Amino acid sequence: MVKKITERFYVGLILFFLYAPIIILIVLSFNSSKSRARWGGFTLHWYKELFKNESIMNALYTTLIIAFLSALLATIIGTAAAIAINGMKKTPRTIMVAITNIPMLNADIVTGISLMLLFIAMRFTLGFSSVLISHITFNIPYVILSVMPKLRQLNAHTYEAALDLGASPIYAFFKVILPDIFPGVLTGFFLGFTMSLDDFVITYFTKGPEINTISTKIYSEVRKGIKPEIYALSTLMFISVLLLLIIINRKNADKQTVKKK
Amino acid sequence: MKLRNVLNTKTPKSPLQKKGSSSIRIRNSKWLSFPYILWMIGFIIIPILVILYYGLTNTDTSLTLDNVLAILDPINLRSLRLALGLSWKSTVICLLLAYPLAMILSKAKNKSNFIVMIIILPMWMNFLLRTIAWQNLLERTGVINTVLKFFNLPMLNIINTPNAIILGMVYNFLPFMVLPIYNVLIKIDKDIVNAARDLGANGIQTFLKIIFPLSLPGVISGITMAFVPSLTTFVISNILGGSKITLIGNVIEQEFRVGNWHVGSGLSLVLMIFILISMAIVSKFDKESEGNSLW
Repeated sequence: MVKKITERFYVGLILFFLYAPIIILIVLSFNSSKSRARWGGFTLHWYKELFKNESIMNALYTTLIIAFLSALLATIIGTAAAIAINGMKKTPRTIMVAITNIPMLNADIVTGISLMLLFIAMRFTLGFSSVLISHITFNIPYVILSVMPKLRQLNAHTYEAALDLGASPIYAFFKVILPDIFPGVLTGFFLGFTMSLDDFVITYFTKGPEINTISTKIYSEVRKGIKPEIYALSTLMFISVLLLLIIINRKNADKQTVKKK
Repeated sequence: MKLRNVLNTKTPKSPLQKKGSSSIRIRNSKWLSFPYILWMIGFIIIPILVILYYGLTNTDTSLTLDNVLAILDPINLRSLRLALGLSWKSTVICLLLAYPLAMILSKAKNKSNFIVMIIILPMWMNFLLRTIAWQNLLERTGVINTVLKFFNLPMLNIINTPNAIILGMVYNFLPFMVLPIYNVLIKIDKDIVNAARDLGANGIQTFLKIIFPLSLPGVISGITMAFVPSLTTFVISNILGGSKITLIGNVIEQEFRVGNWHVGSGLSLVLMIFILISMAIVSKFDKESEGNSLW
């Protein structure tokens, strides 16, 4: 009993540590004083201002487009690669896995700088596409690592049975393999989306002067003070993801109770 | 679905089991990896070669070691030492906080992804903003000090000190330590643990002889996932360390900001040596799991 209470307390404490800054940011989004350090009363002013602020809305648009496209393309390339890697013999497989690990284990600053130098050496203008390419690069490994375990759990015989029964390999893939690995594919996509959304360092080095994501916009304002509209924007994003998760969790819980009956 | 659940109870990391070879092989699937291989050569391998080129040459394209040896400059050397010290400390704190948490979470009955989601969820609040929020919490007149003052407790003055940077590192990289450990712990075969208990091992013995050794791959990948980003950060030190504390990441970022690419690349190469060491350690422990212990 005591052990259980201690455990609950510990988890609560860590969650408090993880969520305290988030609570601060949400509170700041309702602060009518422009200064971070002073509470000036409750207001919804910044939420109204947010939608009028063109540069923030542009940065949001760029961030979301890059997150979506990079996650989508990384999911396609990564899933295909995972299937191929899964079928490889030991040595090529080890090499592929090692290469996959490089962007995950390498420091963001090194990845960012190396890509920036490559783009400049190729006379490729830094801008939207250079950021997109960079984000796809660091997202692919997350997809591969999400899909691989699901592939290893697959029953090889169902695919072979489908082929024996006359399905073409492509048809068999979409009807037999893809439904089974889909949870992994989806996890990969969402991980990639989240990573892209939260990335600062790689974007910072590979973006040109004329585009901004939310991260780089915030960084450019650190010294002169963050605009409160940014707090409002991140509160909105955070709350919508939170609601989405709660809905998904409810649905899963419902499914489980139905099964038990 | 049922079949998958049955397969799920296997412990891929258990030394008692040989790895099955029944995994699916799609005929002629090799070509599926071509886009990926091309992408990796173009945007992972070649960029690293480009950094090598810049790091080892001068502005007049002649070979030199000066850029790499720039690390021996007392200021750069001090920032490297400071970065190593802070990231080492923050990694140890992360591990000490994360392991008990991962153990508690892995024992929870509701093993849905929700637990993992709760750990990842903070990432949806921009990481720069979360770090800036720590300024608010830690400042002389910040939230924590206001509370402390109310209870007549001593003030906490760690903003703009190395300790604030350690806190920022622990805060930002704790999820990366929790998840790999959690993922390994939930896969440990309960029968092995029960067998140990049946044979008379007490809780501590079971932990030291069974659970901890089996969770080592997760611990190792957690350590690298927390250590490498802490070692190379320039953002956390910028926001929480004030302007006086420079880590090696700050030095490199400054070199690139002023257009000093060759020195910046040279110093990055020095950083890469440390990263390579971490990667070598991971791959040594990661042979069995082939990378999937990371997530």
